[in-house]
Order: sequence, then C-alpha cells, then structure tokens
Amino acid sequence: MSRLITLKNGIAEVTTDQWTLVNLPESQVEARKQAGKVVLFKLTGEQTVTDAQIANTVIPETGNIIVPLSVFIARQQELKTRIAKGEIGVWLATHELLESLTQAWADLNSLPIIAIFVERFADGRIFSLGNLLRTRLGFKNELRAFGDVLRDQLFFLKRSGFTSFVIRADRSAEDAIASLNDFTQPYQGAVDEPRPVFKRYNRGA
Amino acid sequence: MYQYDEIDQQIVDERVAQYRDQTRRYLAGELTEDEFRPLRLQNGLYIQRQAPMLRIAVPYGMLSSKQLRKLGDIAKKYDKGYGHFSTRQNLQLNWPRLEDTPDILAELATVQMHAIQTSGNCIRNITTDQFVGIAPDEVIDPRAMAEIIRQWSTFHPEFALLPRKFKIAVSGTKEDRAIVQAHDIGLEFYRDANNQIAIKVWVGGGLGRTPILGTVIRDHLEWQHALTYCEAIIRVYNLHGRRDNIYKARIKILVKALGIDEFRKQVEAEWLHLKDNENTITAAELARVAKHFDAMPYETLPVQDASFEAAIAGDPAFAAWVKRCVHPHKQAGYRAVTLSLKPHGSAPGDITSEQMWAVADLADEFSFGELRSSHEQNLILADVRLSDLYALWEKARANSLATPNIGLLTDIICCPGGDFCSLANAKSIPIAEAIQLQFDNLDYLHDIGELELNISGCMNACGHHHVGHIGILGVDKDGSEWYQVTIGGKQGNDASIGNVIGPSFSADEMPNVVQKLIEVYLKERTAEERFIDTVRRLGIAPFKAHVYATKETNTEVTA
Repeated sequence: MSRLITLKNGIAEVTTDQWTLVNLPESQVEARKQAGKVVLFKLTGEQTVTDAQIANTVIPETGNIIVPLSVFIARQQELKTRIAKGEIGVWLATHELLESLTQAWADLNSLPIIAIFVERFADGRIFSLGNLLRTRLGFKNELRAFGDVLRDQLFFLKRSGFTSFVIRADRSAEDAIASLNDFTQPYQGAVDEPRPVFKRYNRGA
Repeated sequence: MYQYDEIDQQIVDERVAQYRDQTRRYLAGELTEDEFRPLRLQNGLYIQRQAPMLRIAVPYGMLSSKQLRKLGDIAKKYDKGYGHFSTRQNLQLNWPRLEDTPDILAELATVQMHAIQTSGNCIRNITTDQFVGIAPDEVIDPRAMAEIIRQWSTFHPEFALLPRKFKIAVSGTKEDRAIVQAHDIGLEFYRDANNQIAIKVWVGGGLGRTPILGTVIRDHLEWQHALTYCEAIIRVYNLHGRRDNIYKARIKILVKALGIDEFRKQVEAEWLHLKDNENTITAAELARVAKHFDAMPYETLPVQDASFEAAIAGDPAFAAWVKRCVHPHKQAGYRAVTLSLKPHGSAPGDITSEQMWAVADLADEFSFGELRSSHEQNLILADVRLSDLYALWEKARANSLATPNIGLLTDIICCPGGDFCSLANAKSIPIAEAIQLQFDNLDYLHDIGELELNISGCMNACGHHHVGHIGILGVDKDGSEWYQVTIGGKQGNDASIGNVIGPSFSADEMPNVVQKLIEVYLKERTAEERFIDTVRRLGIAPFKAHVYATKETNTEVTA
C-alpha cells in the first residue's frame, strides 16, 4: 500500500511514488553534541554530514531520485545532465539551511521536487521552511514532507505549502487523508490561501 | 465582549470533532502516549498526579455570565464541583476524566468557549489588564487587537509546533498591569505624536527557570502591522530557537544568546518581506472587532452617591472592603469590583460551582452580564454603580467572595503546586493557606498595606514568584520539600526580579519567615513606604539578617 498522499488542484489522493529516496550511509563519526556557534543553534546536538558519507552515498544510475542536500551540493557535476532531464530532486533535514541550497543551485524551479525530512513530529521548523520555499524563494513544484509525518500535521503542512506527504510506515495514508480538511475556514492567511478570513469572507461591519 | 460569528463557531466546532477523533484514536491504541501528548496539550489537557487537568481558555480574561454559569455546570457534572483560575486568566479543572474531555469541549463550544492552545509549544492565551476598557489611566483599549491576535494565532499553521510555549500580553495603560515585560512578546499600545495607535514591542521576557525581563525590540510599530511583525519575530524563533534542551528553548534564551541587536536585525530583515502582506490588519477589521468592545450603556450618574457615603460611614466592614476591593472607573458614578478568590485558609484562585453561579448572577444584576478574570487569580465585575456597591457586597459576602484583602499580603498568587501538578517540586497551596492564617487579623493586614506575595511550586514559575514583592519557590532537596524566598520582585512599568535572601526553609517555617520579613518592614518603613519600597531602599541585608538571626539551627545550610 502506498504511503504517499499527493495534493493536486486541491484534491488529495493516495498515489504511487515516482521517486526514489537516496540516503546517506551511516556516519562512522560520533555525532557532535555541541556545534559551538551561537547563531547555529539549530545544529546543536544534531549530526553533521561527513565527507566520507557524501562520497560513499550510492546514487542509483537511473530513475527519478531525491538526493540529500549535502550530496547534491558536493556531487553536482555527476548529476548535471540528469538534473537537466528532470530526474533529480533534493531533500533537506529541518536543521539545514535553505541558503545552502540556493547558493549551490539558484534555479530551484528546475528541480521537480524538494522534500523536507522531519525527524520528530514536534519539530515545527518544517512549516517555516515550507513557507519560505514558497513565498520567499518562489518554488513552484512538488514540495514533500517525509519522516515522522502523521495525520495531525497534515493540515498545517498543507497550509505551509506542502503538496505531498509520506505518512510514517506504521500508519495508513488512507486514514490520514481526511485530516487535510480538519478546518474549513482558517483565520489567518498562509501559503495555500494568503488572505486572512477577514479579507475573503464578509464578516459584517 | 466579543461574540462569535459563524466563522468562529465553525472553527471551535471543527476543533471538537478533530479532538474527539484524536482521543478516540488514542483510546483505541492507534496513537501512542508520546504521539497523543502534543495533541492533547494543544488542547489544554495535562496528565497530572491524580487525574488529567483541563485548562479552559478565557481569552484576555473576558467572560460572560452565561459562560461562567456553564463553567459552573461543567465543574459540577464532570469534576468535583470546583475550578481554579490560573495566572494566565484561564480556568482549570483538576479532576476531569480523559474520556469525558471531548464532551466537555462540546459543551464549551455551545457558549463560545474552547481549550485551544492553552498548553503545548504554541502561542498561548493572550492576556491583558483586568481593568481593560474601564481604567481611568487607559490610553487605548487593546481588546480588539487582542481578539485579532487571538484569531490570527489560532491554529497558525507555521507556528503550531514551536520550540517551546509562547506567551503574548497586550496593554494599553500608563501603569502596566499586564506584566508585558514578562512575556515572550509584550505589546504596549499608545498614541504616537500623530495621535495614531502605535505599539511598543517588547520581546524575550519570561519567568520560569531563567527569569528575564523583556527588551524593547521596536519603539514604534503602527497597529496595522501587529500580526506581520509578530510573524517575523516568531519565524526567527521557530527556525533558530533551541530544540535540544527544553530549559533553553524559550525565545528569551535566543534573544540573550544573539544579543538584542542581532536578534532585531534578523527580525527586521524578515519583516521587510512580510510587511504589508495580506495579514496586515485593515481599518475595517479593527472597527468590526472593536464594536464588540464598545462602552457599556452607562447611565449618566453623579460623581458621588449619598447612600454609598452613608454605608461607608456606618459600616466599617463595608468600608474596609471598599478600600481594598473597589477600584476607580473612567465613567462617573461607576466602580470596578474585585471578588476575592483568596479567602483565608483556602486554595488561592479556587472557586466552587455554586460560587460561579452566584458570580454569574451578580454580573447579571450589577455589571451588564460580564466579568473578567485577573492574573492575580480573582474575578472582577467591571461596571458597578456606586449605589449598588453595598447590595453587591452583602451578596458577595454571603458567598465568601468579599475578603477585603485585594493587593494585600493574603491576596496570594499561587500555582496548584504539588497537590495537583506533576511538574511541581513542592506543594504551594498549603503554604499559601498557612500564611493566610498567620495574617488572618484584618487590621494588622491592612496596616502592613500593599504587598504581593507569589508562590510557585517549581521553577516553571506559574505562580510568578520572581515578580512577587515576596516570592516563594518550592524546591526539591533529596526528595523533601523546601522553600526558597526572594524579595524585591515587582510587576509593572518598573518591573524587577526578586533576590534570593538565603538558604531555603521547610514548610512549617514559612509563616514565620514571612512574619520576620514583615517585622523588618514595619520597623524600618517611612510613612509613605510600601513593603517593596522599603526593600528597594534598604536592599535585602536587614531582612536577611533578621530572618536568619533567629532561625533555628536544625535547618539545612546549603542554598
């Protein structure tokens, strides 16, 4: 059973995944507990990718693939022709910087898909990243959430600009799909509907 | 006060359905405990020592008599017949059954109430001054803006899962009564040089484990931009606030670490992109919401009332109550009244169902059917005619709601503490009760004068102990309960964080410790000084010396 929910023209359905996710190999280096730099709070306690991991990442020869940001940046030359063919997407973890992506590859819309990996349900950075990709960086193609994705995030993810959702392996995508419509008329403007309710609905004078 | 339209009603109704299904999935084993936790917390449901605790939102403290009556009904039907007003102006039920919570929320929705975002790592209930709209020193009534911010923050998709809880306070008075400096964002409304509504924006305040007063991030913000500016602040926080350590996850830690200048730079850079977007508030929307907060249909009354003057002269008990519990009003012939939820010897902020029904009746009879809750955990009838005060007092007294102790030592702010809360290190209610009984003599209490005593059962500081003139914090030492005492804290424009006087005390020492502090004050004070003024003038040394000089030797020696 597919775990992928895709949103197209406002209609959500469970679909077959056209993309293969490429993962980094396990790191041999112990995770750094402190990144040290104050500004980079987001790195604190989180693993950073090693050169060995990047070099040892196995990239399938053919097919549509979503590669980790660090691999996309470091091994761009290898991927260039496939990027042109629309076979390459990129995924970021929630602590990674969108600036790293845009510095490496200015034309985001040449990527058919960007995916964000959320390790824990409680990590709400994913919503800001989605918002920035859509409103600041003008990304128009498929924006996917995967990782610890459960039905109760879906409404917020949709409003933050995400258009596809890989539901966690032990849960059903069929069940989860209903939560995309938990609320009919949200108050505030967001990515999917920039106008707040007071601008799109006559609430009387 | 604000009345729901079909949009508001639909949102709370859909929330009830969503939460009912989440609870069903949890009870059916489809959600683990860990997965259900953030979901129930976003709906104010904690799992406590004895039972779940449900925190019901009272937006910026405004309640109608109909709502309070329903709260009384709910406490009777689903709980043990009482509730507890919190320092966030909300109402907490200490004994509901988890299985019943969807039904409780459905009942709340029938009176335009909910428990949305009363807990969890999201934007919490917006709070303000309990005398909003009627205070003589008010420059701007910020309730319409508070309501607009409430709506904007409700299920805000980008800020649903922040690093930590996020509290916003609004204030529109000369004398701050909303402790805007102790909030993640404090919005201080004023009229600028062009007589336009403007906002001074404070950021990074908060109590808790690391008490920090906020810093001004922007002196002048036009009101239209309140939402987009908050969005910029919270986005920077959402992306960069720490998520690895719960004790370092509040925005105040980020602001301190970056420094206010760097933080401001990042916020302003973000805001450049957001300014003037669709979430910019329109004059039409402000006017629509503000209409709900129009002045009450006041009668034209004389400034004085003879029957009131006569009652004061003839009844010293009434006079004492008026002195403490009756407050000035901007409309001639009207007063605001605080109904004390601090009768001596009972849990501060607690109220029975019968009292809720009685207060609802009083609100209908004397105050246009509305009331407010305060962060000091009392209830306020905001619009009472001078000529009605005596009748109101008699009825309030019959319901144990007229203890004349508002602003005095026994008007203690107190969290539920170790009797209920699973976070607490120590009990707080029995300490409050013991201190109240120690100072039960009303003449003595009035002689001591204005004094704010705040008690928290742990460093999460729900009892605001840092800003109490006397603050008491429950601490755990090798499994036993001890109490650390601070003095010199204060809320208001000249807010300050209290200083620890020394090693902590056992529970049974506490009434006497407070007694000793009061003795120093009574000895040292000048004619004009309140307790806090004497502490500020003398520092903690003489207080410390007196408390510890006579302290028995069998207590612990480490701080």
